[in-house]
Amino acid sequence: MKIRTLEQLKALQGELRAARDHKPCVRVCGGTGCRARGSEEVLARFTTLLQEAGLAEAVDLRFTGCHGLCERGPLVSLAPEGIFYQGVEADDVRAIVMETLARGVVIERLLAQDPVTGKRVRREQEIPFYRRQHRLVLRFNGVIDPTDIREYIAFGGYHALGMVLTRLTPDEVIEIIERSGLRGRGGAGFPTGKKWRLARAAPGSRKYVICNGDEGDPGAFMDRSVLEGNPHSVIEGMIIGAYAVGAAQGIIYVREEYPLAVRTLEIALAQARDYGFLGEEIFGSAFSFDMEIVRGAGAFVAGEETALIAAVEGKVSEPRQRPPYPVHRGVWGHPTVINNVETWANVPVIIERGPEWFASLGTATSKGTKIFSLVGKVANTGLVEIPMGMTLRELIEEIGGGAPPPREIKAVQIGGPSGGCLPKTLFDLPIDYESLTEAGAMMGSGGLIVMDDRTCMVDVARYFMDFLRDESCGKCLPCREGTNRMYELLTAICEGRATESDLELLEELAQVVRETSLCGLGQTAPNPVLTTLRYFRSEYEAHIRERRCPAGVCKALIRYVINAERCTGCLACLSPCPQQAIRGQLKQPHVIDQERCIKCGICHEVCQFEAVEIV
Amino acid sequence: MREVEAIIERYGAKRRHVIAILQDIQTQFHYLPREALLEVAARVRIPLIDLYSIATFYNCFSLVPRGEHVIRVCLGTACHLKGGTRLVEALERELGVREGEMTPDGQFSFETVRCVGACALAPLVLIDGRYYPKMKQRKLTQVLARLRRARPPAEVTQ
Repeated sequence: MKIRTLEQLKALQGELRAARDHKPCVRVCGGTGCRARGSEEVLARFTTLLQEAGLAEAVDLRFTGCHGLCERGPLVSLAPEGIFYQGVEADDVRAIVMETLARGVVIERLLAQDPVTGKRVRREQEIPFYRRQHRLVLRFNGVIDPTDIREYIAFGGYHALGMVLTRLTPDEVIEIIERSGLRGRGGAGFPTGKKWRLARAAPGSRKYVICNGDEGDPGAFMDRSVLEGNPHSVIEGMIIGAYAVGAAQGIIYVREEYPLAVRTLEIALAQARDYGFLGEEIFGSAFSFDMEIVRGAGAFVAGEETALIAAVEGKVSEPRQRPPYPVHRGVWGHPTVINNVETWANVPVIIERGPEWFASLGTATSKGTKIFSLVGKVANTGLVEIPMGMTLRELIEEIGGGAPPPREIKAVQIGGPSGGCLPKTLFDLPIDYESLTEAGAMMGSGGLIVMDDRTCMVDVARYFMDFLRDESCGKCLPCREGTNRMYELLTAICEGRATESDLELLEELAQVVRETSLCGLGQTAPNPVLTTLRYFRSEYEAHIRERRCPAGVCKALIRYVINAERCTGCLACLSPCPQQAIRGQLKQPHVIDQERCIKCGICHEVCQFEAVEIV
Repeated sequence: MREVEAIIERYGAKRRHVIAILQDIQTQFHYLPREALLEVAARVRIPLIDLYSIATFYNCFSLVPRGEHVIRVCLGTACHLKGGTRLVEALERELGVREGEMTPDGQFSFETVRCVGACALAPLVLIDGRYYPKMKQRKLTQVLARLRRARPPAEVTQ
């Protein structure tokens, strides 16, 4: 069925709502995290047991996108009551069907626990992890079935597109986006409306819009979750953008490491074509547009817009000098707007709710919300969406729940390999583009990695440098050679072979690479080094002067020993040791032979009594 | 090669589709066979050296065959902090090969990958596309032992 008018869309929406609203709904999380923990089995069990109980028709069963609280998956939510079950296994499904669905009895043991009061809480909104969030882009993640366009339509999907195509001129659309203050969510924060205006004004009859879904930052999975959980929000945003700039062709560039996102998008595009949201004369207007998926083949640098263009053209993903910017010379030389997944997904919301409303969220220069993937040494790992301007402390401690005791949070790495590490003393910084850049980090795409006292900051800097030297495309010398030399220096420090003058050399190199590299990858590559040097210099000095790794991470500088008072003599560590380096008898404290020990840490992993210590 | 022919057919013999064509060949054969590259070069009319540069530039391509089981250790930031490197070392010890290599019996290939975006499950190992969350060295050794045992007897005796 093709939708030709706004009235038709509204009628369909009403119909779909009427068909589903009176039914109870079971939503099983189908995000990658929950799938890995067995949510597909949970879904299958629901299908069988609902059938058995004769409830298959009466209950709406949905496999949704990521709910966010990946740490506690598999997650299941029940509408309309809003009951939120966590850690649901296939064997729990019978109880949910028989107790909750058939008799309305809530199963206490599957409810989340408030970490402060210890009380079990029923609804998602009562869980501290969700309470402080403002889910705008993620509002339908975990609610709708991403493989069914009718779900998106039932919740008002494609209404913004209908309004744009039937009531607004391209210039009016651009003006709305400008007034909203939306800035690019991919990292640099360029004003989206301005980018669109430049592309619209650029001469040329053929123009392109591209969605940059090459989420390459390690530790980031926001874009993945949006594409997997609500693909139509991105597609709708892109169609609106294409109308505004005058593009007839769109490209969604997704990395191949996200096979589920690719599959979900393929389904979504086919359905959007069936309903006439892609193709000729959309909403009965003169505007025609279609798009295709291009799978990234694995290159971090492809996230850089000119490198991405090369990849789309079927070439090696190397960046080129800018200007000319892609808005003037993009894919195959045509004006091209490249926006990030999250940026595109914001567009329909802005049209729907109005630019003033959107601009009322956030700070003076950073509007709206931002999605972060909160990972690392934090209690509640997962996906969060917060209004801009919230402090790092609120995000990490209140939403993230801090570090699991007895560990203490020391720093947060924000912005991926191009970003930086900020110490705990700066946790009162508001999250906005300018504050983070000033502190030496950057907003980046939204990876937020929490680090505790067992994280070595030199090792972290070395990790990022290893990543960057590997991913440097090799086109320009400062980046290609500079990242390798910095990596060597950092390795020397981690191995206790460095001198004070190496530290000076490292700083000097970092400055040169920053100032002379061709593209953003090289220009920002020194950030992890510079920020750790700025805020955690004492850790570098301990490695160099005392040959000591304060966090107990750098292998060359640590030893594993058994604390005789804690060791119960249980023998558990003896056989896993690949070196047979541990000696001991039952109920006698064990001893590690330092000559044989290769510091693999297996004994530390298997000991139940925390008797294996790192010194 | 008939499979290669079909893949080129699917996209059209155009330069812009060459990465997608190679991706599908990689999926089909688990690596890029030399004959396949020669065929693509001829059909798409692109110098072999350009194909070679694409094949060696992007992480998802391999020019050597892969083992029966492909083990991928995630080394994203969260996985690194939670001990991903130790898992790499454990695999090197267990399999006797280095990252990027295949065991001599062709049973295992072992690679590292830069973040698959499932950071809440760190440290993560993927074996034949299946996710193994919150992995530990000990658990990994056990999984390997299970896979070794699961091998059909005929092949074991060879």
